[in-house]
Amino acid sequence: MDNNKLLEIKNLVVQYESDDSVVHAVNGVNLSFRSGETVGLVGETGAGKTTIARSILRILPSPQAEVVSGEILFEGEDLLKLSEKEMRKIRGNKIAMIFQDPMTALNPIERVGDQIAEAISLHNRVTPAEAEERAIKMLEMVGIPGSRYSEYPHQFSGGMKQRVVIAMALACKPELLLADEPTTALDVTIQAQVLELMKALKKQLNSCVLMITHDLGVVASICDSVAVIYAGEIVEYGSLADIFDYASHPYTKGLFASLPKLNSKERRLKPIKGLMPDPTNLPKGCSFCERCGYAKDICREKKPETIEMSPGHYVKCFLIEEVQNG
Amino acid sequence: MADLLEVVDLKKYFKTGSGMLHAVDGVNFSIEEGKTLGVVGESGCGKSTLGRTILHLLDSTGGRIFFEGKDVTNPSKRELGRLRKEMQIIFQDPFSSLNPRMSVSEAIKYPLKVAGGMSSAEMQKQAEKLMDVVGLASRYANAYPHELDGGRRQRIGIARALALNPKFIVCDEPVSALDVSIQAQVLNLMLDLQEERKLTYMFVTHDLSVVKYISDDILVMYLGEVVEKAPSDELFANTLHPYSKALLSAIPVPDIHNITPVIPLRGEITSPIDPKPGCRFMARCPYADEACKKKQKLRELYPGHFVSCCKCEAINSTAN
Repeated sequence: MDNNKLLEIKNLVVQYESDDSVVHAVNGVNLSFRSGETVGLVGETGAGKTTIARSILRILPSPQAEVVSGEILFEGEDLLKLSEKEMRKIRGNKIAMIFQDPMTALNPIERVGDQIAEAISLHNRVTPAEAEERAIKMLEMVGIPGSRYSEYPHQFSGGMKQRVVIAMALACKPELLLADEPTTALDVTIQAQVLELMKALKKQLNSCVLMITHDLGVVASICDSVAVIYAGEIVEYGSLADIFDYASHPYTKGLFASLPKLNSKERRLKPIKGLMPDPTNLPKGCSFCERCGYAKDICREKKPETIEMSPGHYVKCFLIEEVQNG
Repeated sequence: MADLLEVVDLKKYFKTGSGMLHAVDGVNFSIEEGKTLGVVGESGCGKSTLGRTILHLLDSTGGRIFFEGKDVTNPSKRELGRLRKEMQIIFQDPFSSLNPRMSVSEAIKYPLKVAGGMSSAEMQKQAEKLMDVVGLASRYANAYPHELDGGRRQRIGIARALALNPKFIVCDEPVSALDVSIQAQVLNLMLDLQEERKLTYMFVTHDLSVVKYISDDILVMYLGEVVEKAPSDELFANTLHPYSKALLSAIPVPDIHNITPVIPLRGEITSPIDPKPGCRFMARCPYADEACKKKQKLRELYPGHFVSCCKCEAINSTAN
């Protein structure tokens, strides 16, 4: 095994069961992280991004959701095989998560400082006074005066609440940080502040970050590599340059084409036609084939394999040559 | 072409426990028929309140609103009924703006019913036509909102806004809740409809790449005031106000070769409750000094390009 890999997800399959159908949320995902790397996970609503993050932390809604198969190796150990007690030692400590909505991620009736101190005292042998002191340091690290330790979440603005959530996630210096759309609920100027903060903190702590987002602009400003996910499958994976300069999967290309660009004069966008397939009833072949302008019979009948186009650049498509030639 | 809508010194204040909240504070602009005015700003800058005050969904505190040259600031009940047919709104969130117990065709027929004067067969026919116009397949006529995805729900919202053949539509963040591939479909639809029906839009959004794409002119708002107003291309090519500059620089651009440095803003938006008379951006502005404590006026620095900053010339001559 490659020792550089902090986390390796192998062939992960997750399903949600509802009354009369099975939602195929994640369908055979492989993804790995090297230490210190920021990986962007990009896709649309319902593509399975959050489900992957929740599977890593084992906080999927139970009993509806089930990891059907796969392995999640963290420092060589399969997280899916750990007991709940062992998992609790990792959760919030070595692996932490920033949730999407800072308005609901904080406990409204607990002081923000205490919420940070709680994470510290759970995972470290510290006195309450030491935990408080470290929590104050964390607040200051994210740019909130320590004097606001005893305030409640409602006294903070959205951007500040998100900083508190980040401080909480970083309190135990996690090796892996799962950031689930950490800036989607924020205004652009505040988003820029939070992204800068995350970049600086990541450097300081040398953590690995999984950046879940639907915003390719955020990816360009913070990630080292990118995984594009569609209907629970990673359809393209590569370095930032691979994805932004040599996007190869028709879906990735379509995503870029549908963005309004600041520097273009076009009067019409080029949207991807149609909608995401119903996850309870995925097509037999390539899950993108119904919306793809290149699709042929083979795409409808067989699932494409992942091909390595150039070192480190993977694409899941049969017609890669045709797509590249136009 | 003539101005369809003109707003003069429009004000909307809200009374709160701790003082007057100046949500919209002396806004002036006009929109030509068939054009789109983009209104951008961050949460709390008053952009939605501005749209709603113009539509009389909120009563204005001061100022005047002219529609087709007529003063419609304080309409009588009858006038308001007529006005509602001419001015419509598309709401931000297609998940909460539709009645979950109304089917698609009922929801689209509702504005027709309220306006009156149509038989139910005519309304049915009109609803079918509208569904076709916004690209909703007729098989969805009896579906309920929860059965549809966000893009289709937003199409219902658009069909409802179009039902009475309005001239003017306030689009309040109509695509923010949608995924990019669906967002592009809806934006294209809105542009097509504008061309076909000569619609005039006021497009309220915080997404600057969308606003650039769809607008002819842009207003940048900060804490209830207009800080900059210019034709769309001019605003992006020649940004003058320090706040607009910071705002534009903060958009993450999906391009790894053109990453421009973000101009950091200190702190957060200050309170809109009983604001001080000077420039409202002062507390966060890197250039602020004594002169900024005076009230700022919107000045025309270039043809059609207005800015409310007394330091503008100084800032922009050193920058170039």
